[in-house]
Amino acid sequence: MRVLVSLLACVVGIAACAPGENATMEADALASGQESGIQAIPFESPEYLVQNIGDRIFFDVDSSALSIEAEETLSEQVNWLRANSGYRVTIEGHADERGTREYNLALGARRAEAVRSFLIQNGVSATRLTTVSYGKERPELPCSFEQCWSQNRRAVTATSQS
Amino acid sequence: MRVTRVPKFLITFLFTSVVLTAGWSTAGRAQDDPLRLEILEGVIAALPMAAPTFVAETPQSQAMANNITSVLIADLVGSGLFREIPRQAHIGRITNFDAPVQFAEWRAINAEVLITGSVSLLSGSQETNGEIVVKFRVYDIVAGINLGKGMQYRARSSDWRRVAHKIGDQVYNRVTGEDGYFDSRIVFVSEFGKKTERTKRLTIMDYDGANVQYLTSGRDIVIAPRFSPDSSEIIYTSFATGKPAVVTMNINERKPRVLWSIPDMTFSPRFSPDGGRVLISRTRGANTDIYEINLATRRATRLTTNPGIDTAPVYSPDGERIAFESDRGRSPQLYVMDLDELKPRRISFGGGSYGTPVWSPRGDYIAFTKRLDGAFHIGVMRVDGSGERLLTRSFLDEGPTWSPNGRVLVFFREERGEAGGPALYSVDLTGRNLKRLSTPGYASDPNWSRLR
Repeated sequence: MRVLVSLLACVVGIAACAPGENATMEADALASGQESGIQAIPFESPEYLVQNIGDRIFFDVDSSALSIEAEETLSEQVNWLRANSGYRVTIEGHADERGTREYNLALGARRAEAVRSFLIQNGVSATRLTTVSYGKERPELPCSFEQCWSQNRRAVTATSQS
Repeated sequence: MRVTRVPKFLITFLFTSVVLTAGWSTAGRAQDDPLRLEILEGVIAALPMAAPTFVAETPQSQAMANNITSVLIADLVGSGLFREIPRQAHIGRITNFDAPVQFAEWRAINAEVLITGSVSLLSGSQETNGEIVVKFRVYDIVAGINLGKGMQYRARSSDWRRVAHKIGDQVYNRVTGEDGYFDSRIVFVSEFGKKTERTKRLTIMDYDGANVQYLTSGRDIVIAPRFSPDSSEIIYTSFATGKPAVVTMNINERKPRVLWSIPDMTFSPRFSPDGGRVLISRTRGANTDIYEINLATRRATRLTTNPGIDTAPVYSPDGERIAFESDRGRSPQLYVMDLDELKPRRISFGGGSYGTPVWSPRGDYIAFTKRLDGAFHIGVMRVDGSGERLLTRSFLDEGPTWSPNGRVLVFFREERGEAGGPALYSVDLTGRNLKRLSTPGYASDPNWSRLR
């Protein structure tokens, strides 16, 4: 039930969808959501992976090591990918702006590869997975402070129908 | 800088396919002590120079004479080695290029160097791209002698800026004894749009920002272009195939071709000094290594085997060694190795992390990007790692490239935040004369050609 509440909150934009905030939601939200006819995102939809599991994980400075939180997110991605075998995945690796351009391309590749290895080790077929590094070419957030850099040091799991 | 009187100097005549050169002697009497400016530890005082507008031999060539003189002066003053004595201070007037120079008139305004010239349109007009003939002489006012022989350049009207740059390179050479760098180009990446979705276009321009041409449409991300030694080709990294791949492009044909069609990411290409080989980085899994591709045999040789990231390679001017960036020791540092030994030796020990090594054309220095305590620097060190000097400092300075004569570095500097974007800057090897270059939009990843 708590998951469902969180889902609806995501859809109607009442609150952020980050894990850990579910418990703060009230049952009222569920009731009002149903009354206004809003549907939950079906598990089979790639949107579920983006909104409910999280399509991205984040890295420390100059690191491609997977944090505990990252492995939790990726484990849920594994569950989704194993249940939805009709999707292929491109893992995008990214870096923040605090490194040289070419080094960051290699660093982004190393981050994408860390995700790829985790998915394979946990049972996702390697044939469904490709990686691409964007280095520091495509920041998610434009500011030049750690609050943005920490969101830009990321690996994004992008799905496409095969 | 030191101005000394030395007994000998070289006269260099240039021969190129574009510009016809014919030397012609002057009646100038050679003395034993012509002017020689030695570039040592930075410019203390720029040399006072008078450059009256070149004489227009025909009314139709007046505009051309004005323009050529302006570009010549901009080159010389921009080098930081010369200071222009304003026209309104001149006492002497050059109305006839062949008339004897009255040295006293130029001494009176404390000029040490005088440049005179003339421009004539041989045939047609500037509009029909007719031929021009540009003559010049350089005088050492203090010694009262000609500095080298008079020369003339014959060229199409459309090449008038190159003629001005070539005269500038001649003056630079005659006064310093070193080659100049004015008749050269810069290839770089123009950037437009929001920081989170920049459009990037491969762009080429003269070293002074003139004659901008776009080589790609902006559809694909492009990174870090480099000239081939003869400047006919550009090699760079493109996302055109969906992931980074090294691409070559002939500047005239503009048809990009993937260098090595493999599933792995390839990037950071650099030509060998003879143009026959290319260094690249290749990523397999989490590992990035440096490979050398022989362009004639199409064979690739793996040069590094460390599991870390090895990238940003560069050849030494003799083509026998390479420098590169590696995080094999945890933080990115600079390494040098002989190509016949393949034993990398770390050369950067100054604290912080280092990247983008670039070997000076003279072979004596390696320029680099350094990150230390939250700031970025452009710096230089000797090839053995000694004598490190940081020339710049900002939020983000990156990607130095050497002038053809190894005296100046161009790099890019990026401003902070959402509204910030990169721009090209130049700085002398001494750390002086920091200037922003004019580009149409944001600009990054510069690479300076050799002299044309």
